[in-house]
Amino acid sequence: MKKPVLEIKDLRTSFNIKGEYYAAVDGVTLTVHENEVVAIVGESGCGKSALALSIMGLHDRKNTKLDGQVNFGDENLLTVSRSRLNKVRGKDIGMIFQDPMTALNPLATVGRQIEEPMDYHMKLSASEKKKRTLELLRRVGIKNEQRVYEQYPHELSGGMRQRVVIAIALACDPLLLLADEPTTALDVTIQAQILDLMKELQNQMKTGIILITHDLGVVAEMADRVVVMYAGEVVEIAEVKELFENPLHPYTRSLLNSIPSNMQAKQKLHVIEGIVPSIQNLDREGCRFAPRVDWIPEEDHEKNPEMHEAAPNHFVRCTCYKTFYFPEDRVGENEYVATNS
Amino acid sequence: MLKFILRRTLIMIPQLILLSLVIFVLAKAMPGDAVTGAFMGNPDATPEQIEKIREKFGLNDPWYVQYGRWIGKAVKGDFGQSYTHQQPVTTLIAGRVENTVLLSLFTAIMIYLIAIPLGIVAGRWTDSWADKLIVTYNYVAFATPLFVFALLMLFIFAFLLGWFPYGGSVDIRIESGTWDYVVSRAKHLFLPVMSAAIIGTVGTIQYLRNDIIDQKNKDYVKTARSKGVPEGRVYTRHILRNSLLPIAAFLGYEITGLISGSVFIETIFSYQGLGQLFIQSIGLRDFTVVTALVLISGTAVVVGTMLSDIILSIVDPRIRIE
Repeated sequence: MKKPVLEIKDLRTSFNIKGEYYAAVDGVTLTVHENEVVAIVGESGCGKSALALSIMGLHDRKNTKLDGQVNFGDENLLTVSRSRLNKVRGKDIGMIFQDPMTALNPLATVGRQIEEPMDYHMKLSASEKKKRTLELLRRVGIKNEQRVYEQYPHELSGGMRQRVVIAIALACDPLLLLADEPTTALDVTIQAQILDLMKELQNQMKTGIILITHDLGVVAEMADRVVVMYAGEVVEIAEVKELFENPLHPYTRSLLNSIPSNMQAKQKLHVIEGIVPSIQNLDREGCRFAPRVDWIPEEDHEKNPEMHEAAPNHFVRCTCYKTFYFPEDRVGENEYVATNS
Repeated sequence: MLKFILRRTLIMIPQLILLSLVIFVLAKAMPGDAVTGAFMGNPDATPEQIEKIREKFGLNDPWYVQYGRWIGKAVKGDFGQSYTHQQPVTTLIAGRVENTVLLSLFTAIMIYLIAIPLGIVAGRWTDSWADKLIVTYNYVAFATPLFVFALLMLFIFAFLLGWFPYGGSVDIRIESGTWDYVVSRAKHLFLPVMSAAIIGTVGTIQYLRNDIIDQKNKDYVKTARSKGVPEGRVYTRHILRNSLLPIAAFLGYEITGLISGSVFIETIFSYQGLGQLFIQSIGLRDFTVVTALVLISGTAVVVGTMLSDIILSIVDPRIRIE
């Protein structure tokens, strides 16, 4: 059994909107082990990024309330002091951000920005820092590292900048990497390169990775385990192979059904009607996905949906997965019957 | 870099020519000229005499001839004679340039001394009581006309309390070069500088505050925090560098703006500077002085703009030109 690196227990992140707190992450429990890539998937607004920022304590403290536990090592990161948190950030946990165009300080050289976390977490001389930085740049696939070291972010392409962002996250050999949509802002060819790089680095460094994405292709390529989130809750957790072969929750099945594929070339693409409700308008009673699958009778949902272990290590929320079907499948059957008779 | 500065300087030449042309034509279009200004209401001056004087000063020549004559000399630093003061315009201005430059320089320093700490406090601790206080000050000062505030300062600190002199630039009884002379100058500068700075700083405070609020939500700040950079350093190393950049770049405009904009302050504090000379000369239709002053302040603005561009190109790597 692998050692857990990070254990999140019943994490609830609430934002203050006009004096009231609304939970964007609503009772998430999740474990990440050594050398494991856990992908968190879901639509925009389902709480994925809020979850990542909560782990690092990067939300605006004044307007955010954090409950539950984020256990890292033998500490709960939600209750440690600010200075202690700063010792963990950048050293034990590295973070890769979504948009490399804005994630770097425009006024500092690449070298300076990679060396910065070393200033706080490692006792190195200036020349040692530079040596390490050049090595990191090489490791993230930058060939003319001497030149890039001196350059400013605006002189680099998006793909190069994302490599720099990754180098920053890796600067102090973290135990855990948080990658918040690391390829979303890049174009497709660069996406593939960055994913390959991350996989390669993960194989070398044996870090745990939390990979946040809405791209199921990325999930299939990178993840060991998948966590599907909807409206702030985890609705399904399974090994990646199991999830793609045997998706259970209606939301997971809808997501997978919305991917264009060769197999269904003549079929209409499935559309999940509606949007994720905003955190103020979310009905927190009952199954949260119910309004978007309104053809499923109410009694098929649980009153207080719980996680059920449907198969070994495969967890799913609510009971509605048992009877769920896609209406277009039934319509197709009916038409078939009609034309035959 | 040198090439950029050179090119930026060359662009100034057509700007200055255009500026001088516009100033000259506008000045000519003003009703009356130096002669009517000087002899207005003098019953002893006959129309023939006036016409003679006009002829003597070349005021009857076509405007482009007059312009050529004026600009040709101006380039060599000769702006002609002041009609009313009966001395070369250059001498007249030179005697006052120092006063205005001192006033503007200290005002600019004061503006930044007030704006930078207040802007940082308000921007970093948004919605705190300190921020609310600073924002209130901003709104009040923004709505207060400079001349009203300056008069109030004069009334309180010069008239009621008697801490500072009413006006002038130095006590004329004191010999120049002595320590007392410096003290006297400082005392005379204090009220005009403080009045102009307390009112003039609000734009910079507001700008800095808003820019910090803007910067602190940017992704690169999250990156800095995720590196474990302590909060204070996040501000000093990351946010402030980005926020102070436009303010540093604005320095050029600010100082030249103050030089050409000191009319109110100098008039209220009877401070012998260019602004006061300007207002007096307009009243007297002292054409040569007015055009010279407008040309100088116009040039100051053009040079200030160039200075700002150059400063910005030095501090911001994104527009550094190879």
